[in-house]
Amino acid sequence: PPPGKSMRECEYSQISTRSSTPMETPHKKRSPKRKKWEAFPGRNKFYCDGRIMMAKQTGVFYLTLVLILVTCGLFFTFDCQYLAKELTPIIPVIGGALFLFVLGTLLRTSFSDPGVLPRATPDEAADLERQIDVANGSTGYRPPPRTKEVVINGQTVKLKYCFTCKIFRPPRASHCSLCDNCVERFDHHCPWVGNCVGRRNYRFFYMFILSLSFLTIFIFAFVVVCFFSVWSIVGLSGFHTYLISSNQTTNEDIKGSWSSKRGKDNYNPYSYGNIFTNCCAALCGPLPPSLIDRRGYVEADAPQLAAPTNGITMYGATQSQQSHMCDQDQCIQSTKFVLQAAATPLLQQQTSEPVIITSSTENGTSLPARASLTLGGPCSTFPLGQPTPPTSTPSLSCQEAADVLPIHGHTLNHTYPLQEQAPHHHYLTPEEVPSPPGMLHCGSPLGHSHTVQAGFYNPASQDSLHEDSVRGLVKLSSV
Amino acid sequence: MAETHSLQDMRQQVAVAAKVFIQRDYTNGTMCQFQTKFPSDLETKIDKQQFEETIRTLNNLYAEAEKLSSQSFIEGCLACLTAYTVFLCMETHYEKVLKKIAKYIQEQNEKVYAPRGLLLTDPIERGLRVIEITIYEDRSFSR
Repeated sequence: PPPGKSMRECEYSQISTRSSTPMETPHKKRSPKRKKWEAFPGRNKFYCDGRIMMAKQTGVFYLTLVLILVTCGLFFTFDCQYLAKELTPIIPVIGGALFLFVLGTLLRTSFSDPGVLPRATPDEAADLERQIDVANGSTGYRPPPRTKEVVINGQTVKLKYCFTCKIFRPPRASHCSLCDNCVERFDHHCPWVGNCVGRRNYRFFYMFILSLSFLTIFIFAFVVVCFFSVWSIVGLSGFHTYLISSNQTTNEDIKGSWSSKRGKDNYNPYSYGNIFTNCCAALCGPLPPSLIDRRGYVEADAPQLAAPTNGITMYGATQSQQSHMCDQDQCIQSTKFVLQAAATPLLQQQTSEPVIITSSTENGTSLPARASLTLGGPCSTFPLGQPTPPTSTPSLSCQEAADVLPIHGHTLNHTYPLQEQAPHHHYLTPEEVPSPPGMLHCGSPLGHSHTVQAGFYNPASQDSLHEDSVRGLVKLSSV
Repeated sequence: MAETHSLQDMRQQVAVAAKVFIQRDYTNGTMCQFQTKFPSDLETKIDKQQFEETIRTLNNLYAEAEKLSSQSFIEGCLACLTAYTVFLCMETHYEKVLKKIAKYIQEQNEKVYAPRGLLLTDPIERGLRVIEITIYEDRSFSR
């Protein structure tokens, strides 16, 4: 292994509870050691022994590459000779530099880890569940971990529990349904670059679209080819410039998380206050390292907890519970609870059509309310005074600013990932639905694509849900 | 190296009794900070002061890694100008601080935690979500 890598292994493994160290490796038994990227639980593709990481669907990325290469190729081959002679030879030089920069940033965006949060180890998940139990006071029936509230710079932010990754998501993190990972400072999943855009590659993405804007304007200043795509790229760059200067993610902007329309005290707690600092932070701040050690080796034996003695918490038991609480079991449980809930006279109506949650337009607070009722288990109908209409724009299901007007190019192409999800659902909400995959499958046989449970019927929270969905509708209609 | 061996030996002699997880503290935003609240499971094992000092030092180190200093600004600009190829040869500021943190944790383990039958796991191995403290049950003494 290259010296740099073994150095790093040395640094970490001296403290870790892993049984292998660089010194021990020659003496280990000859079971084939897998690299962590081979055992990675998300839906990602890895190349070059884990150095390159992309989303599962990369078709549109190759299209992007081809478009850029062909357009620039044609420009350099046919137009540059003429332009160099008639105007100045600097033109191909600038064009060439821009082209290389665009390519470099595109590859960097597409190939890097966007900031994926590794899933919780079984011990961590068990500990979290235990804490939730203690907080709720277990009644035999155990509600799953819901939300945690935290005050950040004076704003109350709700941290949601991710059922797939078994962690409480840090603020601004979100679970990407396409890649099945929680991503820090999740912006959106971009099919054009074949990857999520998150904390670690947002600056590359921004540099890519900015330089691409300059490149297309540069080329089309000389050659009129496709006016429409120029404006959509320029529009997208403008949109992201706005996002950077206000320190928001696309996700937050779509949901209107920090918009003053939500409440007069609502403000963005992450903004540094002035545009310059926000820009510096986004583009020139320290680049965090990848948290998923892709090229490290999978631990052969994880340290096991001892059998419980002298009254210490039964970790062993919790762990086996954990392994039993797989999605299959959750699905069975949820079916049971749906039947129970259906029998409850407290529920208002049963909507026969699939209920689609316009969570991409709902405000941030409504999601935790829903999550607080959401169970790995019980599903129930969504009790609304008025049924929520299905989202009219399929692109809303994608985690992107696709429906914002200037971004035409993106909107058209976001129907692409949607078709893949058709086998599961026609409409996928960005966040909540993918997290409990067990729920999805149990939902469909009952004719509800996404349901909220009222395992504990709580009139107050359901009213707020109703209010939020109405607000969501209003926002949707205003787009 | 000798210390590493002793930790491994210890691991073979004793079994893991419990694990305590120190969660992240998000009250200052998305910066990496850990909660300084003293977990009840450690009450009999280590002083509160010692523990809090360790956590506070770690928090300071992480803050240093993520700080928007002029150094990180220059590094960012340089990287942008070279189309980010400079990171192929240079280590980022964050990575340098992570090495410092790893060293600090190792030192703390050797001096403070291992003698008390505890082991700190570097949070980077847990995706910077938690500081995992393993409590070892020492079978060599009777309780």
